Amino acid sequence: MDIQLKRGLLDVCVLAAIRNKDSYGYQIIKDMKPYLELSESTLYTILKRLEAQALLTVRSVEHEGRLRKYYHITKSGISRIEEFKTDWNEILSIYNFITREEDGNE
Amino acid sequence: MNKEGFVNELKQKLSGLPAEDIEERLSFYIEMIDDRVEDGMSEEEAVSEIGSVDSVVEQIMSEIPLTKLVKQKVKPKRKLKTWEIVLLACGSPVWAPLLIAAAAVVFALYIVLWALVICIYAVDLTCAACAIAMIPMAFVYGKDGNAAGVLYSISAALLLAGLAILLFFASIAVTKAVIKLTGKAMLKLKTSFVGKENR
Repeated sequence: MDIQLKRGLLDVCVLAAIRNKDSYGYQIIKDMKPYLELSESTLYTILKRLEAQALLTVRSVEHEGRLRKYYHITKSGISRIEEFKTDWNEILSIYNFITREEDGNE
Repeated sequence: MNKEGFVNELKQKLSGLPAEDIEERLSFYIEMIDDRVEDGMSEEEAVSEIGSVDSVVEQIMSEIPLTKLVKQKVKPKRKLKTWEIVLLACGSPVWAPLLIAAAAVVFALYIVLWALVICIYAVDLTCAACAIAMIPMAFVYGKDGNAAGVLYSISAALLLAGLAILLFFASIAVTKAVIKLTGKAMLKLKTSFVGKENR
């Protein structure tokens, strides 16, 4: 898959993973596992990027005598997901156009 | 490889990076390992799922911009400016005693907490000692032919022994609670520092 496309896709996936409920690193990886394999390092980079863009916020929470980082989606994070959905509809209609052309050639 | 080995090797291999970057990365991986272990994996399984140290380092290095690495290499360790040193020195008669006093108060409170714990142990020990002392008392009363006295000594010994045993368990529970409290307070202290870093 095109790297730029995949990167954008992963960003939205991680945002979607924390959309309904604040989540933490391992939980995000577990939630995404059925759909795509995400390595720790990749996730770290994505989370950093999303934090820098203010699409999510981080806080440390005490858990079982240690600290765990929880990620919370911001308003801009949610609108980013909505943006993606509209974009995707456009892409889908283009896709339909492309495949229709192919069908016509056969 | 266990968690400690993984973390140490990673730390060593990342040593060219800014210290706060290393810490943040390490804590991220430690959290990942701990969460897997909590999920029922062994430490070795958790580490192997994260991947080899080299592959992790490689990925990290590929993501970090070269400029950052270069900057870190050429950056001189920050020295205090002259005016900062002067200000610190001039202000020291004010801030140093205040700081020491504040630390002393916190320390004193902590000592008081442990003093209370020691009190419970002391009471417990006293009960036990009295219970033992009551046994020869019973013999003394017996020699005099004082039946009521014997009964009194034996019942007092039993009562005190029971109290000592109960207090023993209570004091252990209190000790554990204070130790746990200490750990929690330390964690809170750490969290207050961590929170600032995370905006």
